[in-house]
Amino acid sequence: MIGAVRGVLLRGFELIERPFDRLFGPSLNPLAQLGALGFFFFWIVAVSGIYLFIFFDTGIERAYESVEHLTYAYWFHAGVMRSLHRYASDLMVVMVAAHLLREFAYDHYRGVRWFSWLTGLPIIWLLYACGITGYWLVWDKLARYVAITTSELLDYLPIFGEPIARNFISGGTLTSRFFTLMVFMHVAVPLFLLFIMWVHIIRISRPRVNPPRMLAALSLIALVGVSMWKPALSQGHVDLATAPVEIGLDWFYLPLYPLTDLWGKGAVWAFLGTFSIMIGLMPWLPPLRRARAAAVDLAHCNGCARCVDDCPYEAIRMVRRSDGLPFPTEAAVNPALCVSCGICVGACPSSTPFRRTHDLKTGIDLPDYSLADLRERTIAAAQALPGPTRVLVFACEHGGGAAYPGRVPLPCVAMAPPSLIDYVLSKKLADGVVVAGCAERACFNRLGIVLTEQRFAQQRDPYLRTRVPRDRVTTVWTSILEFGRFKKEFGRFAAKIAAFPPVQATPSPPPKKLLEIAARREPDLVENRDGPL
Amino acid sequence: MINPIKVIGQLIVIGALFAGVAVLSNRPAYRQTPPGTGIIMLAFVHGADRRTECRRLTPGEIAKLAPNMRRTLDCPRERRPLFVELDVGGRTIYQASLRPSGIASDGPSRVYERFVMPAGQYDVAVRMRDTPRADGFDHERQEHVALATDQMLVIDFREETGEFVFH
Repeated sequence: MIGAVRGVLLRGFELIERPFDRLFGPSLNPLAQLGALGFFFFWIVAVSGIYLFIFFDTGIERAYESVEHLTYAYWFHAGVMRSLHRYASDLMVVMVAAHLLREFAYDHYRGVRWFSWLTGLPIIWLLYACGITGYWLVWDKLARYVAITTSELLDYLPIFGEPIARNFISGGTLTSRFFTLMVFMHVAVPLFLLFIMWVHIIRISRPRVNPPRMLAALSLIALVGVSMWKPALSQGHVDLATAPVEIGLDWFYLPLYPLTDLWGKGAVWAFLGTFSIMIGLMPWLPPLRRARAAAVDLAHCNGCARCVDDCPYEAIRMVRRSDGLPFPTEAAVNPALCVSCGICVGACPSSTPFRRTHDLKTGIDLPDYSLADLRERTIAAAQALPGPTRVLVFACEHGGGAAYPGRVPLPCVAMAPPSLIDYVLSKKLADGVVVAGCAERACFNRLGIVLTEQRFAQQRDPYLRTRVPRDRVTTVWTSILEFGRFKKEFGRFAAKIAAFPPVQATPSPPPKKLLEIAARREPDLVENRDGPL
Repeated sequence: MINPIKVIGQLIVIGALFAGVAVLSNRPAYRQTPPGTGIIMLAFVHGADRRTECRRLTPGEIAKLAPNMRRTLDCPRERRPLFVELDVGGRTIYQASLRPSGIASDGPSRVYERFVMPAGQYDVAVRMRDTPRADGFDHERQEHVALATDQMLVIDFREETGEFVFH
């Protein structure tokens, strides 16, 4: 059931994201920057809020008057700031909602990712608390509606001795100090929200908290333009003799308020409670998948810390050396944070398939899919390639190449050390190599695409060696739903390779024993020499 | 190399999305009650009498108490439920026995009810019983009101004067 919902959402996002990719490019695609844009709008709200506070008066009569004054008398700065404050807050809700749905659609909430998922829940609650207290401060008709409905909702809970909603239905009960309290809340709650936003990303290595400058600039220009076009205005001073019956509602912050009339307050609380519990439990709902965490082999670890630099989940730390070897530090994996993506294996300088040993070892390895396994699978897949043009595919299991029959599967493309590509081509196991990962805007393991490209471009250790002919290697970044596009890219590359002279059999082929092991492990691949496409 | 046409296209798309958000930030308007109606709110907090009268303790009972806790009267905290009725236009639209609040049922009873009525002229009567009497009412008020469209008429009870107020 959850998988079906996720599949529908994934298709929906794909449908929207591809045209955005074409217009913005993968790096500027706003849908790939939802979290960063959320932070960006938070800062706009914070700065504009501080500016508005200069003009705001907390008196019961003065609150409304001061907001009107800043809106009309100083429309060209304070008025625009008010609109920026309002619309950036709304956009933050949009970003948070889209971010939540997208992370769910891309299956980014289970396993060790539970922490970021779960800490997103208080962000939603706090964001709404910020918005609701903000609307209260203006003390217009909408503010009174918000005050009455919010307090009626709170009165439903057995917390307060007297119905607090009574304070907002007739005069004489509300004092100016109430607005002082609301201002305090409207400042304190966002500060707490910022703290939780920091907690939300604390377990992520190199989190994207700032959108690309170009996207930020475009967003700010668009926001200012919209603020000038449709300034945020109040809805008339509170009149205690009339009911706030017809109001322009903010459908981002207040969509549940009309439901209190339709469903009743108990049902709204039940909905909120069920939603929160569901979100909270989702990381632990079946099917649970958990590969064993990466393990360090100290005999092959020289404490170079490349695995630490490349891990997208802060799962590896350098600690004091414990085995007496003449290095100051060693890598240590925190299994609670490791998603077994294998990026650390690809980063380790000891991860080289050229070692002439059957029991291939490296400094850090995946117990369930070791470097030795990867080498064996590579050889087996290469043996099964149909001629005359043999193109070997290393495919991320979350990308468009995952459905390709003759692939060498990887949890992330960055698990394949560049020396493995070198190995395939220098040993003449294939005429060309395709490294196929996720769509650029949605790398399942966040940094797999970036790290692979940097390694291939010799911008990041371990490098793809200069001797590797670059025209025989290509990368294809497609989403899991884009198998058709993968096939097209693959075909284009295979045609290019076909025009090259075929590589001759290697003078030093892979050890025979390895070939035997590979044949045992992947008999279908070795025997099936028909073209997979 | 920045392509200006592409940048303009990006700005238009982002601007259109933001404009949509700005529109939804206060449209479409929501109407809480149907047109041509007003609201009568019955909202007050009042504690009824205690469920049982204070009882004078016997000398033996007083002697059993700790010296610093000795008293002559035993007054149970529990309150009676409050009985409230509201008639509008000769029809009883609300009638309830409101239990006292608090774990020990010693707090005041609360009523917070909203009645959406067509705008018009009404005889409104509110009655309340807060004593042990079996029938009749301890507090009562009747008024002829003209309920205007979108008006909110609040019926409150003032503890200080012991009477209902319409405002």
